[in-house]
Amino acid sequence: MSGGVGNPADGDRDRRPGREGLDIALCGMRGSFWIEAAFSAPARGVTALFGPSGSGKTSILRAIAGLERLEGHVRAGETIWQDEGRFVATHRRAVGYVFQEASLFAHLGVEENLLYGARRSPGGVDAAMRREVADLLGLDHLKSRSVADLSGGERQRVAIGRAILSRPRVMLMDEPLSGLDNRAKGEILPFIERLAGALDLPILYVSHDIAEIERLADRIVLVEAGRVRASGPLNQALTDIGLGFVRHPHAASVLTARVTAFSPEDGLAELDLCGQSVFVDGSGPQEIGLERRLRIEASDVSLSRGPLAQSTILNTLRVEIVAIEPAGRANLAILLALEGTGDFTFMAKVTRRSAERLALCPGDRLFAQIKSVSLATSPVP
Amino acid sequence: MTIDFGDIVSALVLTLELASVTTLVLLAIGTPLAWWLARSNTLASDIVATLVALPLVLPPTVLGFYLLIALGPAGLGSLVGVRSLAFSFEGLVAGSVVYSLPFVVQPIRNAFQAIGERPLEVAATLRASPLDRFFTVAVPLARNGFLTGAVLGFAHTVGEFGVVLMIGGNIPGETRVLSIAIFDYVEQLRFAEAHLVAGGMLIFSFLVILAMSRIGRRFGETLP
Repeated sequence: MSGGVGNPADGDRDRRPGREGLDIALCGMRGSFWIEAAFSAPARGVTALFGPSGSGKTSILRAIAGLERLEGHVRAGETIWQDEGRFVATHRRAVGYVFQEASLFAHLGVEENLLYGARRSPGGVDAAMRREVADLLGLDHLKSRSVADLSGGERQRVAIGRAILSRPRVMLMDEPLSGLDNRAKGEILPFIERLAGALDLPILYVSHDIAEIERLADRIVLVEAGRVRASGPLNQALTDIGLGFVRHPHAASVLTARVTAFSPEDGLAELDLCGQSVFVDGSGPQEIGLERRLRIEASDVSLSRGPLAQSTILNTLRVEIVAIEPAGRANLAILLALEGTGDFTFMAKVTRRSAERLALCPGDRLFAQIKSVSLATSPVP
Repeated sequence: MTIDFGDIVSALVLTLELASVTTLVLLAIGTPLAWWLARSNTLASDIVATLVALPLVLPPTVLGFYLLIALGPAGLGSLVGVRSLAFSFEGLVAGSVVYSLPFVVQPIRNAFQAIGERPLEVAATLRASPLDRFFTVAVPLARNGFLTGAVLGFAHTVGEFGVVLMIGGNIPGETRVLSIAIFDYVEQLRFAEAHLVAGGMLIFSFLVILAMSRIGRRFGETLP
């Protein structure tokens, strides 16, 4: 959404990641533990702060907004919000903050809630931008309703719209879905996906739900007991055996693939995954050339020395074993790279017995089978 | 015996005047005080909260006595260049403000506390300055407390007696309010007037308390 939503000043400048993004280093005592967090987020896209409940994620987010005081520095683009001698008050930091619960102003209507920040942002917000945000979040039919009559998901959408309309430089979202039931989560996730794709600013997204992060995040900052344990691109973290995601029962990898064909007869879409074909359920937007996010659950991947004949499996990928690590007593996690690529990696989970029977070793070239019905695609935010 | 309506009307007007001025002063003083008490948790704020609550338990005559001293020639009166504020309308306002303060501060303070930190934080992230969020978020959300405080402050001022008697005396048109007038009528055995004024006060008080519970129900629902 160039020049529209987001800070207008960001529009034309060149976007070196370090200058336009968010850069923080904060430390201090919070509750019973010491927080020490340093990371940066690129100028656009979703950076997820992931970690167990009570690990300090919210405190870090609040400190970035200036709602809590930690030592250190916070820099948004070229604007310093905090350093040794300076602490800019929250209302002077151009943050859009979405709280866990929607926190709409009970004394104002939906429209007035939406415009509360817009009226206070320098330069204001024109009708075109209001239109854009209303379309993006599906707010039109909510505007005539009273705040008290909105459902949890609708309230959160209004709260997100209100934050965007204040023209922030940085969006901070603190578990915006955690107060919602599964149905409402399912309804609101596509809105946040669209938003993430449309906003030309860094989005920090706090969550302890890996499923949300697999859908939304581009990068992940892993927070444990107040400290940053690791940070990097999403799939790199998910497939980093040392970080332990693989031990999760639904451990998955997330890759980006491009739609190359759609067959209306049987409803399958063909995706190009770094030169190899993957077939998936083609429901949802599957225009040719569109990039889709492909989630491959490790336990849905099986391995063989040769291609399988006479099988229902549609997807057979030529892969190479990068590493083999234990994942529980009976299982192993196999880190695979698509043949001919170093960084398109995903995981398979197999039993030790199978691995021994096939005498799997790093460097082996294999065939990986994935059932099409087990593959989920979602929009690339 | 004929009823002297002029006498009653003059007392009534004076009472309404006193209650109105007092309520305005109370809201002006009570609002920042309530805000501070709602958000501060220090020994100082506890002490101030206790001082504010004192008129609830002190006999009005004790309060009146100290106010008489404070407003007299040795006290505040000399500071504002008047020989004495006692036995004047201004003195009555000062006394009424002190006497009714808890009835205004307490509901507003409770309402501010009930709002919690979150709506103000939200407003701060939406670029509202502290003063801006106070007036556009805290005050509207606490309107229930303001209504309750204003009605109680007004009604309590109308109903005060002891303090007025101590510091105001009984000067027609200056300090002779309705509650004093009733006392006066009874002393003079003018029961018709006493009945009229007392009955009026009874109905007024009934309506005030009824209004309070209606306010609570009507606005209670829409608050978070």
